[in-house]
Amino acid sequence: MSIIGWTFLWVGITFSVYIGIAVWSRVSDTAGFYVAGQGIPAVANGMAVGADWMSAASFISMAGLVSFLGFDGSVYLMGWTGGYVLLAILLAPFLRKFGEYTVPDFVAKRYYSNTARVVAAVAAIFVSFTYVAGQMRGVGVVFSRFLEVSVTWGVIIGMVIVGIYAVLGGMKGVTWTQVAQYCVLIVAYLIPTFAIAYTLTGNPIPQIAIGEVLPRLDGLQQELGLGAYSGPFSNFSMLNVFCITVVLMTGTAGLPHVIVRFYTVRDVKSARWSAFWALLFIGILYTAAPAVAMFSRFYILDSFAQLGASGMQELGWVQNWAQTGLIKTQAWTDGMAPRALLDTIDRDIIVLATPELANLSNWVVGLVAAGGLAAALSTASGLMIVISSSLAHDIYGEIINPDASDQRRLLVGRLAIFAGLVVAGLLGIYPPGFVAEVVAFAFGLAAASFFPILVLGIFWKRCNRQGAVWGLITGLAFTFVMIVLMRAHVVVPGVETPILDTFLGINAQGIGVVGMVLNFIVTVAVTKATPAPPQDVQEMVEQIRYPRTLSAEELRAGSA
Amino acid sequence: MDDSSAPDIDRETYWKKTIRRSLALLSVWFVAGFVMSILLAEPLNSIDFGGIPFGFWMAQQGSIFVFIALILIYVLTMQQLDREAGVEEDEEDTPPPTAH
Repeated sequence: MSIIGWTFLWVGITFSVYIGIAVWSRVSDTAGFYVAGQGIPAVANGMAVGADWMSAASFISMAGLVSFLGFDGSVYLMGWTGGYVLLAILLAPFLRKFGEYTVPDFVAKRYYSNTARVVAAVAAIFVSFTYVAGQMRGVGVVFSRFLEVSVTWGVIIGMVIVGIYAVLGGMKGVTWTQVAQYCVLIVAYLIPTFAIAYTLTGNPIPQIAIGEVLPRLDGLQQELGLGAYSGPFSNFSMLNVFCITVVLMTGTAGLPHVIVRFYTVRDVKSARWSAFWALLFIGILYTAAPAVAMFSRFYILDSFAQLGASGMQELGWVQNWAQTGLIKTQAWTDGMAPRALLDTIDRDIIVLATPELANLSNWVVGLVAAGGLAAALSTASGLMIVISSSLAHDIYGEIINPDASDQRRLLVGRLAIFAGLVVAGLLGIYPPGFVAEVVAFAFGLAAASFFPILVLGIFWKRCNRQGAVWGLITGLAFTFVMIVLMRAHVVVPGVETPILDTFLGINAQGIGVVGMVLNFIVTVAVTKATPAPPQDVQEMVEQIRYPRTLSAEELRAGSA
Repeated sequence: MDDSSAPDIDRETYWKKTIRRSLALLSVWFVAGFVMSILLAEPLNSIDFGGIPFGFWMAQQGSIFVFIALILIYVLTMQQLDREAGVEEDEEDTPPPTAH
């Protein structure tokens, strides 16, 4: 069977499973719609976090980025895993104890302010839309290469599928679909990785096989006059590697669609365990990704060394991808430098092309396509829940019409998902930049907005409304303006060069660190200059620090 | 209310211990993720770790294993601390989601 036949088969099977789950997990109240009735077991939630988390960027783009960046690609590997340590220790258990539905809920109650709720909800919507654009672009890439439909139709099909299970099942439908999607994506990622590791070294475990492949790759790089693959700081300065890693980690811990997943479990203990399972499930892919990066780079450079650019044009995978325009073979000439050749290959195709590169069977190639779709759709649906709950719960249900009935809130929530999907679809059809880059900016914004005020809200009782609102606004505004200035040639029409290259040597991806530090400073300074929060808020903070619900007498006895 | 036995430590001690433990785990997080994998990556790369320069291995493999282990340690030790302070959740006591 051909690649396209297998892809249709795998995509057909997995999509039917998602729809089946949607029908089975329909919900009829807002608790089910926003937090899946808080009854998700920890292991299942760990898988759901994994799928929610591992987006088109993780699945499709990350190994490609690492492959091109070498050592410096570590920012993504560490940045997108290390944040779970922060989440597990600083946020998840406490936010679960707090309960309720959304991150803005916590911000509103902790900072006793509906203004804070609106600011948080708008920030959540903004961050989620930045992020969802990358997912839809990923769906488009997969569809255009493997199913030979246009990107536009690919995005529309993706929207309809997410629409069905997110609108019907809300968080419950999304959660159980994400569990299925995790299984699809991890199998799809590991099968070709194991196969290639085995072909290259005789050992199928990628994490071990790299011990043999890396010295060969470093040798090959040297032969071709490239620096060592394992040598640090050839693409980013040490300062930028440091800052980008911090941004990705703290951004992870501040991303609303990740945090809300911890609201869906039964209790604090399950929230902690979810964090562990989540990082374990994520770590399986994240420790395999650097192996994929090395293997694919080794294959490409090895073919280049043996065949030269013109010989490579005869290769099947080169011809397939050249058709999609993602490899620009027209720029290939004999005697071209290896780096120039690498630059003509779109980074997003590395994972999707790897099975072809290694001559794996067609069914594997089709499976990888289904895995890429699972990764993109699961993240998109998690983001849709955040967008929907921010609009329908925080803005409509709490501010515009607090007297709305549960049924009405549910209806508005479903309409909000529908509207969110339409916007996300447009962002996917007219994509702003390539996947991982767009996603990386969402992290800067999350790191500079939510992370500081959430952590201070839990660990510093004295922290008050004035501090948090001003801190959040400062962090968000600074980071946003800096990103726009540094990426002006991409985001501002008619501008050819960045208005600002770096800020103190920090680039656009790392700038969220400065925004986050400013947020912390402003929050603390403004808090110190203004009155302490009311007694009931301080009692609430005391309450969320302990897993068991304390009685009013206990609280008063302890706070003395 | 559970009055079968008085907890070994009071709530204030529980919170202080929680903070201390969190800071200890976060220092390991910082050393593994930032010191060994970034700041000292260049010198550590001269150490050969099964064919792979050690700084590079830490940055692309080792740090992730450390992160997973840190969360596991946190979960297990916090469960024990919860019991010592008598603040663990009752298996039966599942508070319904906050109503509106």
